[in-house]
Amino acid sequence: MRRAALILLPYSWLIALFLVPFLIVIKISLSDIALAIPPYTPNLDLSQGWAGIKDFLSQLDLDNFKFLTTDDLYWKAYLSSLRIALLSTFLTLCVAYPLAYGMARAPDEWRPTLMMLVILPFWSSFLIRVYSWKAILANEGLLNQFLMLIRVIDEPLTILNTPTAVYIGIVYTYLPFMVLPLYSALEKLDGSLLEAAEDLGCTRFQAFWLVTFPLSRNGIIAGCFLVFIPVMGEFVIPALLGGSQTLMIGKVLWEEFFSNRDWPVASAVAVILLAILVIPIVLFQRNEEKQREAEG
Amino acid sequence: MAEPNSKPNTTVFAPWTDPDAVPLIRFRNVTKRFGDFTAIDDLTLDIYEREFFALLGPSGCGKTTMMRMLAGFENPTEGRIEIGGQDMANVPPNLRAVNMMFQSYALFPHLSVYDNIAFGLKRSDMPKEQIPDRVNEMLRLTRLERFAKRKPHQISGGQRQRVALARSLAKAPKLLLLDEPLGALDKKLREETQFELMDIQEKTGTTFVIVTHDQEEAMTVASRVAVMDAGVIKQVDTPPAIYETPNSVYVADFIGDVNLIEGTAAKTGEHAYEITYAEGVDPIKVTECEHEIAEGAKVTFAIRPEKIVVTQDPPEDRANAMQGKIIDIGYLGNLSTYHVELPGGQMVKATMTNASRISRRDYTWEDTVWLGFRSSAGVVLSE
Amino acid sequence: MRRLSWFNATSLTIGFAFLYMPMIILVVYSFNESKLVTVWAGFSTKWYGELFRNEAFLDAAWVTLRVAVFSSTLATILGTAAAYVLVRGGKFFGKTLFSGMIYAPLVMPDVILGLSLLLLFIAVGLDRGMLTIILAHTTFAMCYVAVVVSSRLVSFDRSLEEAALDLGCTPWDAFRSVTLPIIAPAVVSGWLLGFTLSLDDLVIASFTSGPSSTTLPIKIFSAVRLGVSPEINALSSILIGFVTIGVITFSISTKRAVVRRKREENAVM
Repeated sequence: MRRAALILLPYSWLIALFLVPFLIVIKISLSDIALAIPPYTPNLDLSQGWAGIKDFLSQLDLDNFKFLTTDDLYWKAYLSSLRIALLSTFLTLCVAYPLAYGMARAPDEWRPTLMMLVILPFWSSFLIRVYSWKAILANEGLLNQFLMLIRVIDEPLTILNTPTAVYIGIVYTYLPFMVLPLYSALEKLDGSLLEAAEDLGCTRFQAFWLVTFPLSRNGIIAGCFLVFIPVMGEFVIPALLGGSQTLMIGKVLWEEFFSNRDWPVASAVAVILLAILVIPIVLFQRNEEKQREAEG
Repeated sequence: MAEPNSKPNTTVFAPWTDPDAVPLIRFRNVTKRFGDFTAIDDLTLDIYEREFFALLGPSGCGKTTMMRMLAGFENPTEGRIEIGGQDMANVPPNLRAVNMMFQSYALFPHLSVYDNIAFGLKRSDMPKEQIPDRVNEMLRLTRLERFAKRKPHQISGGQRQRVALARSLAKAPKLLLLDEPLGALDKKLREETQFELMDIQEKTGTTFVIVTHDQEEAMTVASRVAVMDAGVIKQVDTPPAIYETPNSVYVADFIGDVNLIEGTAAKTGEHAYEITYAEGVDPIKVTECEHEIAEGAKVTFAIRPEKIVVTQDPPEDRANAMQGKIIDIGYLGNLSTYHVELPGGQMVKATMTNASRISRRDYTWEDTVWLGFRSSAGVVLSE
Repeated sequence: MRRLSWFNATSLTIGFAFLYMPMIILVVYSFNESKLVTVWAGFSTKWYGELFRNEAFLDAAWVTLRVAVFSSTLATILGTAAAYVLVRGGKFFGKTLFSGMIYAPLVMPDVILGLSLLLLFIAVGLDRGMLTIILAHTTFAMCYVAVVVSSRLVSFDRSLEEAALDLGCTPWDAFRSVTLPIIAPAVVSGWLLGFTLSLDDLVIASFTSGPSSTTLPIKIFSAVRLGVSPEINALSSILIGFVTIGVITFSISTKRAVVRRKREENAVM
């Protein structure tokens, strides 16, 4: 039957290449590192039948997770990622809101162009956009050259390879993710609502705070999730702009895997990161579904 | 509810009165449930060939579900549907000799008017070389020749409606289903199109089943109307019979304007009753009542406003006369509706043609007037 | 007509300056004579010349392009099927799991996706190379395609498909001759999205690539990790140029279509 085939094709693909890999990650996080190929033990030997499975299960343990709690590198990295993700989500919102608001209030015939201007960086390479800040933020970089030229500072500021650079990079690269949902929420706003609020005695600012802001709530929630969740696991930005000072869990995972070749610990790091992200991911999906229902 | 003296004959189209006629569509004890909700409740109905049959009812009464079951988009939960004697269970929509005109028209936006009309023909067993002739015939029938190359968004609403009709008629189906076909048109265009639809139905000899919530539309176009409520058919009859002799308060109230007066019935003769509705006033005299009513039964007397005359003096030629006070007058130009309060507090509406100018009218607000109507003007309803 | 208040004008100006300044600087300095990226030493196109003589970059670009074409095409087929199933498929066993698996990769950190896919490939004994990158990219790109296409399907008038069935189409015929042409723009944008995501991906490709299949982002990353290089500036400028031309052409052509349609609709009224 064609319907069954149509369902089965994408379904089985996702199970094989999305769900099963996770189960493998969980399994390896419970294994031990070994000098072998693959570099972990135990390995499931199905040729021994039920006894093989039992033997295999008995060798799985939570040692890697215990290890993560003993070395403070890991929980510091989780906390630092959380702090960076929260703060940079807030900063992105602060930068994005006026921009989205300005776009939504712009004359009708400008809007498609403004929209395209926001989408354009979104389509161009993420890596290149992060990289472009390196030349600006370096000690002898353009920002310092400029600031010294106008005599705001005498000595170059150290920005590159500090958390500040990471914040700048995150706000910059994730800005379109925040602007687009905000804009689509603000654009739907009926201008006569603000006029009604002012007519009923609000000042401009009160009208904004009591009408516009609450009505853009869905856009704010969607935008914050779209920034917060991927930033938690971000690797490229701290690797290129953060230097050795910035601790983020994505980078730790990467190094654990590629430098230390400790696959079980890398898997355990991934499992915990996922456990942290499950709640925001579920909340994000709920929010999306609710909005879809409201619109559909 | 066939009139007792009407016989099947050749000049009047009324196959439903002919006991030998074979219906094209038969609903046999059909029930359709969506989860807990019963959309159609144990429905039995016959529709005959060449009929223009209207399903009329408020939204959510199940009329669209009936149509979708005929088209094959839904299957009955219980019971069976036959078309041309064949049980339609498990026959998919694409294999039914039934076509549907959708409420939204559902014109394919990426195809021209011509290709929309040819769409079904290309998927039939019609030889390829005959398709252009058939499409052109349909274009002529719906007066769309000039628009054949246009896309649906390049033509007006009325033209789109005609494309949808042409497309669904192109395959010469045994049965055409029309789902609120005129709902999207404005009032004037709708009236014109109603006559066009009747004309096309007559020319092509197709059986039409139309779903509508607009009673005027149903009355105008249909040979028979089924009035539906909450998954049940309340009455199936010709438009005049539905209007003049509704079988229930629901039907009387749903079709047109009506005065409903509750009272107790008392038999006075063959097919004749008196209905007491208030103390100290004459009861309403009713004759030509076809059904038997139990002595002392609670009944509702239904009478249309235009069957009541308003006069200054007691009407001599009417069997029923009652006095009341004018509370309100609704002026509609050609007609005026008088809202008259009877001594018991009962409000009665009466519609009079404005034959003379309004300034010459003898009565106005707060005046006491007489209302008169014949003993055969209304009907007695027991449900 | 509304006019911009000074506040809105300022926030737009600052916002867009922030978005575009770094990229403009990058393009400008790709024409710098000097090896030092931050010191201007006159106009030159010599870095572009160097770039085109760099075999390693050209090879990586070729690998990346092939991966992007294959994976986005595969993802478009799978993602369109997934969207159709999601919106039109009715109820089936495990639908919640299915929609969860569609939405989760959109926000899942790349490091987790990359790691898990790599561990899968090793578990089943698949050698890392172009095939594994294509499989990995297809998996996350199909989710983006599914989301883009399903949002179009949701706004799609269901009675169009019913009309096709009513006029004699089989369900497959109805999909091919009615549904597909109407959702085509969404399918095309889904493909483009998948294509750029694949071109751009560093993390997942790093996990799933083998020594013989280095993609351009991996190459760029290892070059810029240490510092800024004018050659990378030239390469970035070329990529930015391509994207800019592509996006502008695409949006102008869709805008033209919309304008033409509006004009025709007005002409009818």
